[in-house]
Amino acid sequence: MRLDPIAAPSPARTLGLPALALGATVLVAMGLALIAGADPLATLGLIARGAAGSKFALLETLNRATPLIFTGLAISVAFRARLWNIGAEAQLYAGALVTVVIGTQLGLPGPLALPLMALGAVLAGALVLLGPVLLKTRLGVDEVVTTLLLNFIMALFISYLLEGPLKDPMGMGWPKSPALPRDARLPRIVEGLRLHWGFGLALLSALAVWVMQTRTTLGYEIRATGLNAEAARFAGIPVGRVLVKTALISGGLAALAGFSEVAGLKGNLTADLSPGFGYTGIVVAMLALLHPLGVVVSALFVAGVFVGADSMSRAAGVPTYIADILLATALLFMVLAILLTKVRVVRG
Amino acid sequence: MTETKEAQDVVLRLSGITKRFGALTANDAISFSLARGEVVALLGENGAGKTTLMNILFGHYTADEGTVEVFGQPLPPGLPGAALAAGVGMVHQHFTLADNMTVLENILLGTAPLWRPGLGRGGARQRVQQLSRDFGLAVHPDARVATLSVGERQRVEILKALYREARILILDEPTAVLTPQESDALFETLRKAVAQGLSVIFISHKLHEVTAVSSRVLVLRHGRLVGEVATAETDRHQLAELMVGAEITPPAPAEARPGATLLKLEKVSTPARGNRTGLRGIDLELKAGQILGLAGVSGNGQGALADLLSGLETPSAGTMELTGETVTSWSPRDALKARIGRIPEDRHTTGTIADFTLTENAVLERYAQPPIATSGWMDWSAARRAAEQVIETYDVRCPGPETRIRLLSGGNMQKLILGRVLEAQPMIILANQPVRGLDIGAVTYVQERLIAARDAGAAVLLISEDLDEVLTLSDVVRVICEGRLSPEFPRGSKTPAELGQWMAGQGFDDAA
Amino acid sequence: MTEIIDILISASFWAAVLRIASPLIFATLGELICERAGVLNLGIEGIMVFGAFAGWMAVYAGLGLWPGVLVALLAGMAFGALHALLTVPFGLSQHVVGLGITMLATSSAYYAYRLALPEVTSPPRIDPFQPLHIPGLSDIPWLGQALFSQTALTWAAFGCAALVALVLYRTPLGLAVRAAGENPQAVEAQGLSVAAIRMGAVIVGSGLMAVGGAFLTMSAFSSFFFEMVNGRGWICIALVVFGAWKPGKALLGALLFAGFDALQIRLQQTPMGQLVPYQVFLMIPYVLSILALILMSRRAEVPAALMTPFNRGER
Repeated sequence: MRLDPIAAPSPARTLGLPALALGATVLVAMGLALIAGADPLATLGLIARGAAGSKFALLETLNRATPLIFTGLAISVAFRARLWNIGAEAQLYAGALVTVVIGTQLGLPGPLALPLMALGAVLAGALVLLGPVLLKTRLGVDEVVTTLLLNFIMALFISYLLEGPLKDPMGMGWPKSPALPRDARLPRIVEGLRLHWGFGLALLSALAVWVMQTRTTLGYEIRATGLNAEAARFAGIPVGRVLVKTALISGGLAALAGFSEVAGLKGNLTADLSPGFGYTGIVVAMLALLHPLGVVVSALFVAGVFVGADSMSRAAGVPTYIADILLATALLFMVLAILLTKVRVVRG
Repeated sequence: MTETKEAQDVVLRLSGITKRFGALTANDAISFSLARGEVVALLGENGAGKTTLMNILFGHYTADEGTVEVFGQPLPPGLPGAALAAGVGMVHQHFTLADNMTVLENILLGTAPLWRPGLGRGGARQRVQQLSRDFGLAVHPDARVATLSVGERQRVEILKALYREARILILDEPTAVLTPQESDALFETLRKAVAQGLSVIFISHKLHEVTAVSSRVLVLRHGRLVGEVATAETDRHQLAELMVGAEITPPAPAEARPGATLLKLEKVSTPARGNRTGLRGIDLELKAGQILGLAGVSGNGQGALADLLSGLETPSAGTMELTGETVTSWSPRDALKARIGRIPEDRHTTGTIADFTLTENAVLERYAQPPIATSGWMDWSAARRAAEQVIETYDVRCPGPETRIRLLSGGNMQKLILGRVLEAQPMIILANQPVRGLDIGAVTYVQERLIAARDAGAAVLLISEDLDEVLTLSDVVRVICEGRLSPEFPRGSKTPAELGQWMAGQGFDDAA
Repeated sequence: MTEIIDILISASFWAAVLRIASPLIFATLGELICERAGVLNLGIEGIMVFGAFAGWMAVYAGLGLWPGVLVALLAGMAFGALHALLTVPFGLSQHVVGLGITMLATSSAYYAYRLALPEVTSPPRIDPFQPLHIPGLSDIPWLGQALFSQTALTWAAFGCAALVALVLYRTPLGLAVRAAGENPQAVEAQGLSVAAIRMGAVIVGSGLMAVGGAFLTMSAFSSFFFEMVNGRGWICIALVVFGAWKPGKALLGALLFAGFDALQIRLQQTPMGQLVPYQVFLMIPYVLSILALILMSRRAEVPAALMTPFNRGER
């Protein structure tokens, strides 16, 4: 077989194939439910209801989407430059760590503490990604493996801090940090509703990234570098510097997920702060075709699948890991579908 | 007599081959046959469909219509393995060798059933050495391909076919990368092959080679077979007319009026990178209003010199002066600032970004300057106007400035690059293989634009592996070999054969 | 310092090195085969997880140990086939597909585990491979315990390394695989199918990765835990680079790496080790992997066509 490019794909093709990919994912969901001995349609219904069936469910989905928007943005920014940042998990924890340290150790008043915490988090996340990127640009060390390994190193570092210097003396022996003071937490968007300003910050970030990518020279440089680094370098684009800038933005965005989770939702740092938001961000970004505004939509979808699966699992007895399988399937189906919007499979 | 001979001795017959790529018909109902012990030249300009036809014959592509018969047996389409087994060997224009493997490994690849234990290197080595002797193809079987010259690599490609006992040999533009002397040696090898009963299809767009080597010429134009003549009964004028529909008149630039020296290199060296040759202490002067042509076999330092002028490479020794001032900081951006216009060797990988639009590609070298951008913010309408300007002035045929450039033909892509370069009013122009792979119309257009730029006072450095092209355009010629430069030869002072000797490294003063 | 010497002269240390190295050898060889053919397989981590689960589950469900290994192998090959289909004929991003396969394989293993054992609190055990007694050799004092007290699966790992080296360098098949990773055009022009060679390499390589995972549940331990692979797959990718894409060097790399790992485990128990947080010791494998990558960055002999998709007849 051979792939022939399609010069002008029809709208039916560009829209139909991704829809087909989502449809196929739904079929997989039904199959998985069947294997688990549950009624496929009822399972789907339970997932949907669990994700958006009530005000509580909806708020839960929005809350879960918040860190995913940040990590999804982090990854979409990096992947656009063909910088394979698989270390959003480590950057998230770096951000969470700095947030807690500034919030609990400096004793600053809230209005001062919050911006400082956010800024510190961004810097920390940026620094965590800076290392692998410098290794890539200076020595040609592949960043996929280094960023992946840093996730494990960061997890152990956090574990050490939570059992040592950062351990909450009042934590009854649990490895967790002291809690942020009340006024160093992100306020709710609407009083009484469990949704904090981290979500607002995530939306603003998506907008900012979109403007950056489409309207600024940096956005142009990032796209040029990602699509063809050799031609970009030839044209005078400082590819190394562009990658470093990309890394700073990407790492910073991932760290904001940690900031938002700690300051908006949890109030303290634990070793299980993130159930893999950094990795799930890859799915979010790919489903959004790396578009920053699309990231918001796809983060909501992904969060809905997780929240819905959690609630369905309690009711129907299908393991929650169904959500992870579905997202991995959706990712693979989607990249294939997107390819097939651009090429045609021919024989010979 | 010919008819009966054909009937008996036909080794290959193509019937009604048609191949379409989208709207383009690359081959339109082409039929011909090849006899035993015959050299047929397939002549046509770039884009005429020669390579496509041979790729169908060899099984890289599947034809939409038509059949191929080898020794009377139909060849299953789309299977290079079947073509090889039937005795067809192909020497591709872009060599298909694995650089990090040895000559012997490259030759052995695919010759034995995959599941057989053992490679049988010993016996194979002896056979390769025997073939090398028989056909005059000297090359060391255990050398890594990366260490070989272009000429040696071609010999490996021919050995690959001979090792598999090919009876029909297809050579796609085999002389494009050789010195005139190496070409003569190749023709000698072909004569030996024919004497042993092999048949050869020789693809070329050069008339003098075709007349030198073949017994019959097939001419392709726009995918159609427009002529089939015995070489003895034709001449270059007739072939040229058949090939392009009109007689070829290469541009004849008027006498140059060289001005001030704009770029001066003294004893400049650059490091070798991987398998790429560096520069070894070269002196070079580029003068306003002059085209300096750089001839040489590919891989002898042209890349290093082009990268140096592009700003991608900095001298490791020696000095570089631009309009009398010594250059201290050097990057692609500095080169652009110094008004060096660069036409890169590879328009697909270096010159353009395939998934960018024409607009985005048109401003690639000045995206950060007003009016395209002010303090970091892009002005896309200004960028679009700049692109429209280039499209208009340089006759870039395209659906519009928002089209992705990957959809353009090579010629139109090159016109966009040319426009991008010339619109910036460069003082020095680096033209690295500016017309490679273009059809004749685009070739003439690009060449005339370069001459016009010279007449307007620009210094042009033309790098080409095509000696004819260098000789046509250059006011002075220099030859590059193993990172060194020959003296300047004014237009007309050296014959191609003499330059060929320089290209092979003779005449260089190694003590220097 | 004396503590380190004490560890190094203990026979159990060397036995542990071979044991720790075994899963790494399998998986590193698997990745090496994929990359030699030109395909980066980031599915490795998930395929190891699934192999660990599948082999263990098969035995738990009543199959023998070797059939269990076969189940793991086949499961790995199935995920490899999916990876190969998406990255070879379709030429999709090997990064994205590989990570997707890792997510899919990991979550599938967890899902199946939860389905099979919904209520368990502590993971059930199987009877794992036992050390193979080699008459004569195993009875040599010290040496017998240090080198000849391994399970059959460890010996299989070493046998695999020899076999992979033999095939790669001494057979037409290996020549074709290496050429596919160096220049697919060369393979195509010699009448072979690049797609078939690359897909075959990815499928076989993925099978080996799964066997590496199965070693954990069937030889090193006797139960399946979540997160038991714990980044070993990523470490193996670093080991392939460290081994310069050569089976022999990759084997040495895995042994060296296992040596450091065995050493840090034992150092933790020493009085000196008690002074350092245990997390520092646990970081060592990951830090070493990064150091290995940095060390080899200058002279890495990457297959020239690694991560370059090949589309027949592309113009």
